[in-house]
Amino acid sequence: MALVKVNGRNVRIDGPDDMPLLWALRDILGMTGTKFGCGAALCGACTVHIDGGAARSCVTPLAAVEGKSITTIEGVGRTPEGAAIQRAWLSGEVPQCGYCQSGQIMSAAALLAANPRPTDADIDQVMAGNICRCGTYPRIRAAIKKAGDAK
Amino acid sequence: MKTSRRDFLKIAAASAVGGGLQLGFGLPALAEVRDTLTTDAPFAPNAFLRIDRAGRVTFVMPMIEMGQGTYTSLPMLIAEELEVDVDKVAIEHSPPDDKVYANPLIGLQMTGGSTSIRAMYVPLRRAGATARVMLEAAAARQWNVDPSTCVGKNGAVVHAASGRKLGYGQLADAAAKLPVPEKVALKAPADFKLVGTPHRRLDLTGKVNGRANFGIDVRLPGMKFAVLAISPTFGGKLAAVDEAKAMAVPGVSQVVRLPDAVAVVASHTWAAKQGLAAAAPQWDAGPNGKLTTADIVTQLARAVEKPGAVARHDGDASAAIAAAARKVEATYQQPFLAHAAMEPMNCTVHLTKEGCDIWVGTQIPGVTQAVIMKVTGFSREQVRIHNHLLGGGFGRRLEFDGTVRALQVARQVNGPVQVIYTREEDIQHDMYRPYYYDRVVAGLDANGNLAGWSHRIAGSSIYARTFPVMIKDGVDPDAVESIVNLPYGLNDVHVEWMAQEPPGIPTTWWRGVGVTRGTFVVESFMDELAAAAKQDPLAYRVALLGKNPRAKTVLQMAAQRARWGKPLPAGQGRGIALCIGFGSFIAQVVQVRVDKDGATTPTHVWCVVDCGIQINPDTIRAQMESGIIFGLSAALFGEITLKDGRVEQTNFGDYRVLRINETPRIDVHLVRNQEAPGGVGEPGTSCVMPALTNAVYAATGKRIRTLPVGQQLAS
Repeated sequence: MALVKVNGRNVRIDGPDDMPLLWALRDILGMTGTKFGCGAALCGACTVHIDGGAARSCVTPLAAVEGKSITTIEGVGRTPEGAAIQRAWLSGEVPQCGYCQSGQIMSAAALLAANPRPTDADIDQVMAGNICRCGTYPRIRAAIKKAGDAK
Repeated sequence: MKTSRRDFLKIAAASAVGGGLQLGFGLPALAEVRDTLTTDAPFAPNAFLRIDRAGRVTFVMPMIEMGQGTYTSLPMLIAEELEVDVDKVAIEHSPPDDKVYANPLIGLQMTGGSTSIRAMYVPLRRAGATARVMLEAAAARQWNVDPSTCVGKNGAVVHAASGRKLGYGQLADAAAKLPVPEKVALKAPADFKLVGTPHRRLDLTGKVNGRANFGIDVRLPGMKFAVLAISPTFGGKLAAVDEAKAMAVPGVSQVVRLPDAVAVVASHTWAAKQGLAAAAPQWDAGPNGKLTTADIVTQLARAVEKPGAVARHDGDASAAIAAAARKVEATYQQPFLAHAAMEPMNCTVHLTKEGCDIWVGTQIPGVTQAVIMKVTGFSREQVRIHNHLLGGGFGRRLEFDGTVRALQVARQVNGPVQVIYTREEDIQHDMYRPYYYDRVVAGLDANGNLAGWSHRIAGSSIYARTFPVMIKDGVDPDAVESIVNLPYGLNDVHVEWMAQEPPGIPTTWWRGVGVTRGTFVVESFMDELAAAAKQDPLAYRVALLGKNPRAKTVLQMAAQRARWGKPLPAGQGRGIALCIGFGSFIAQVVQVRVDKDGATTPTHVWCVVDCGIQINPDTIRAQMESGIIFGLSAALFGEITLKDGRVEQTNFGDYRVLRINETPRIDVHLVRNQEAPGGVGEPGTSCVMPALTNAVYAATGKRIRTLPVGQQLAS
């Protein structure tokens, strides 16, 4: 059991302490925007924000988020960085299949919040943790820069 | 369109029932790709579009969206002729139907082989034009004027002389009563207003706000979650499970035993996963328990020397080679590959005595329905397939094994159950791109000119399993495609195919299918021949493309854009390759840097595409970027290997794919012309692999004949 804030709302999650946040979001709260990709923090599809920082929800147990504030793809558009990233993703026609994009957007929004004008090296460092099998990387890079410029 | 409206409505109704059960109906409820159940739409002159009385237009997509942009380019084709605003159209997945929604190039409801545009370019324009002509005729009747004076435009029919105007919705009932015309005139490409212009994708909003529904996102009242373990050796059996320990995990409700697998069912995926770990399944390894990759390679190496089925025999290759001044020989090997789509395999099933509902993302809805009918004995109406957006396809979702698996589990579960493959299971129980083994011999005359090409190919035949009717005189046309259709002008060519199945290992389609494996061999060998002839690889190819002007043009353009011939620093090189496939012509140049420790970094890729008439140019660019990155992943890292009968790779840590920091700069240039449209989903992948390894040769002098590059350059 964990008491957390999800996208600004207080939520009681009725799950075991060792349950990764990913499954709590998807299977208990029914919030399916956060995706399962690897279960081992290798692909980034499950990325959420915990107290504003990007985290892989597939390896973050509920015990570690007690009392914390969680933002998911469903709520990130209400943050200025999240909204800027989503707009840039649309105008840059980034997604293809779209499955990894929740995680990409969450990582990119956290990057932008910490670093409003990221360089290529900054983008590489942060976004290398997010895999896209459709190969949208060139557009992700361009969209992050555009969102940074727009802010 | 041969389907009667009644048949169509029946299908539509069946799909609506399923939609009611499923929250969100598979498509995000958005301004763009909306969930509009327009079953009461009076005007449905064919299976692809419906117009209701309010003028709302719904397009039903014969092909599924898996990232390639069909849910934008296909609507553009209909909207072009129907004369409606494509941004205001609702889009739905087609229900399973291998007739109404058959891909005309394949004969089944199937999205694959880079066929969507080629298959639907005419039928969808005709569908739109037919509807527009009927709406114009309905308006003409109402106004009592000549139909030729009534023009459909922006969702309304206008009579210019009198200034009268009626919206399509106002005409829907009257148009529905008119006979469907047999023939309608289609616009000439020069008159296209929408087709050929870059149009924003219609499926993006849900993909940036988390609302897009993939198969794995289905949530049903009372749904349970199951995690699966299949015998790690191919053909092995379940020997034992510790059911008590699994059941002791809170949330676990059931352990489902199958002959070759076990699933743990629980109230959430985490409990199911924990339960499976606690169950600690034991396996009987079965007949392939000792199998290694080396065994398979040995079998292929033997097979390739045996007499095979002749796929092409022109002139006298052996005489030409025997008479040549020099003989060049090479053996190429390409590994088993996994698909590793980002959405792991999953399927949700609700099986009752009355029927069965299946929620899945599939490239083959009709085949899936037919297979489940066969397995369950249910009628067509009793098997309801609810298709979804696909979190990547790449050929993996051209198979129904995951759906049958989920059904086997659901048979023992009361209520709906979602069966998920973990990433490890997804990689270790993929159906793999076959391992291929090619032996090529060619002759060079005293001037280095190519004289005779003899080619032997051994590998698994996907067609023999999936479409045996395609095997003619023992030849698998997919496996030999790019060799039989060499782009280069040659008089003496001999090609033989030897089918050699790897014991127990399931094989299937992968991005680029036969063109990917064939292009790697042809373009690698052409590079070897040029090197043996001490000629420039570009000039050597161009000299043999006299009768292939489209190929010659893209090759020369790619070289020009890449500044071919301009010297590079030591350790860097450019490689070029040509790919003709799926009706398109593509050339790429890869620039690569190879460090002293062998680390191989592609730094820049130039890609020139001639795919004939373009529907949505930005989609073509996106597919080239996508294909290039997919192909680089495979060429640099991709390899499924076996030890003790088990796949050694487990997750993205040991089945490496390209990441953003490893991705080169990619420049795509589109050639404009009015040739028939070609496919673009796959050839970008096919072309980049030999372009990369040819660049490695240019940089290092080391020829990569066995993929992946892997550690081969490490010193």
